[in-house]
Amino acid sequence: MSFLSKERIIAPPGYSRWLIPPAALCVHLCIGQAYAFSVFNLPMTKLIGITKSAPGDWALTDLGWIFSLGIFFLGASAALLGRWVEDGGPRRAMFTAALCFGGGFVISAIGVYIHNIWVVYFGYGVVGGFGLGLGYISPVSTLIKWFPDRPGMATGMAIMGFGGGAFIASPLSVWLMAKFTTPTHIGVPEAFLVLGVIYLCFMMVGAAIVRIPAPGWKPEGYVAPAQPKKLVTDKHVYVYDALKTPQFWLIWWVLCLNVTAGIGVLGQASAMSQEMFPGRITAVAAAGFVGLMSLFNMGGRFFWASISDYIGRKNTYFVFFALGIVLYALVPTAGSLGSVELFVMCFLVIISMYGGGFATVPAYLKDMFGTRYVGAIHGMLITAWSMAGIFGPVLVNYIRAYNVAHGVAKAQAYNTTMYVMAVLLVIGFICNYFITAVHERHHMKRGEEAEAMT
Amino acid sequence: MQASESSAGNAVKLILAWGFVGIPLAWGVIETVINSLKLFQ
Repeated sequence: MSFLSKERIIAPPGYSRWLIPPAALCVHLCIGQAYAFSVFNLPMTKLIGITKSAPGDWALTDLGWIFSLGIFFLGASAALLGRWVEDGGPRRAMFTAALCFGGGFVISAIGVYIHNIWVVYFGYGVVGGFGLGLGYISPVSTLIKWFPDRPGMATGMAIMGFGGGAFIASPLSVWLMAKFTTPTHIGVPEAFLVLGVIYLCFMMVGAAIVRIPAPGWKPEGYVAPAQPKKLVTDKHVYVYDALKTPQFWLIWWVLCLNVTAGIGVLGQASAMSQEMFPGRITAVAAAGFVGLMSLFNMGGRFFWASISDYIGRKNTYFVFFALGIVLYALVPTAGSLGSVELFVMCFLVIISMYGGGFATVPAYLKDMFGTRYVGAIHGMLITAWSMAGIFGPVLVNYIRAYNVAHGVAKAQAYNTTMYVMAVLLVIGFICNYFITAVHERHHMKRGEEAEAMT
Repeated sequence: MQASESSAGNAVKLILAWGFVGIPLAWGVIETVINSLKLFQ
């Protein structure tokens, strides 16, 4: 369809590049809903029984797979379809992501209506998961090309949207379910249907307004540095050649370790805060703590990615790891001192750096591998997130369970985990230390570059 | 004349585009901040 082609979305002269971040946010604010999917879990355990679970109702363990499948297919589609996204341009990718993500909700609505969980797995998990992956990587390289002077800030803004999407989705989903719930029916299918339509329309707006810069375009007054920085290349590396470089795998581990450390505590923040400070942090206060962490997760994405434009990507990750080691090591001390303030402060900074890690990595890849295939390379790096999504929670949960089973008091059960996380960050620090410029033998030759641009 | 019309058009588009994403995001952030205040009560 020509409406979707790259040629149709070349920006005319005078087009404001500040229209591109809202286009990216249209997509990321929608797919960020994934973080809020858990609001549907409890209502979906009572679809037959209405007031409480009845025989035939779905169990929480069955429902947990919906989110897990979604995240798995996010990683898989980002890794497999990155090249397709780069070749076809952002509009085709955003359009397809909108159809998949919105369509996934509609299929899931049918699944809930006929009470067949396999249809829901297919709808939200597989089709929606493809929408998540395509949507996540679709605006990355476009933003980098529009903001060569501030690539960190630009991608940080979009990825901040992914962190912020849950803020909208969570109250909206609860409100929609309440609207459609009657004494004999729980309004999950209707809420899915409405959300599917809303997300489809919202993401289509992003696809409609996104543009790519004309060849050779530069921001007004922007002059590329005469002396290129050591770790910032003006060359391009072909997507599959990037996989052959040690730099790709070092950045893969840098992201994986940074995310592993953050994701484990993010999932357990409520329980951990209550167990470490029994009687002082109540369930209600813990919910407030989780909300505050989500805000810092979102804010950190924009803050740290923007800072990285000034201090460099490598230094930004050095800060994440060095400060993270100190803060994780301080958490047990905060527990033994009974200092809620120190505990909260430590985790808010930690979680801001967790978000910052996600948001800074596209610009890190651009510095290393150039702009031509950065979206596709970023797609393949997302597998580090999938891996961390398994490791992080497993580490936190199993070490705590082991400690409790061996007689450690609940208030101290997380201490070992914190030290393990600090060690992971030491490894991340070392990986980051070894990142150097990509050898020129991996750079695309002039002819290849010209061919790739067409 | 044409340049000033184009810049006015751009400004309108920018306000609409940022409002379209900014208003729902601000609403979500405010809801979350209100819930987060429970930590300090």
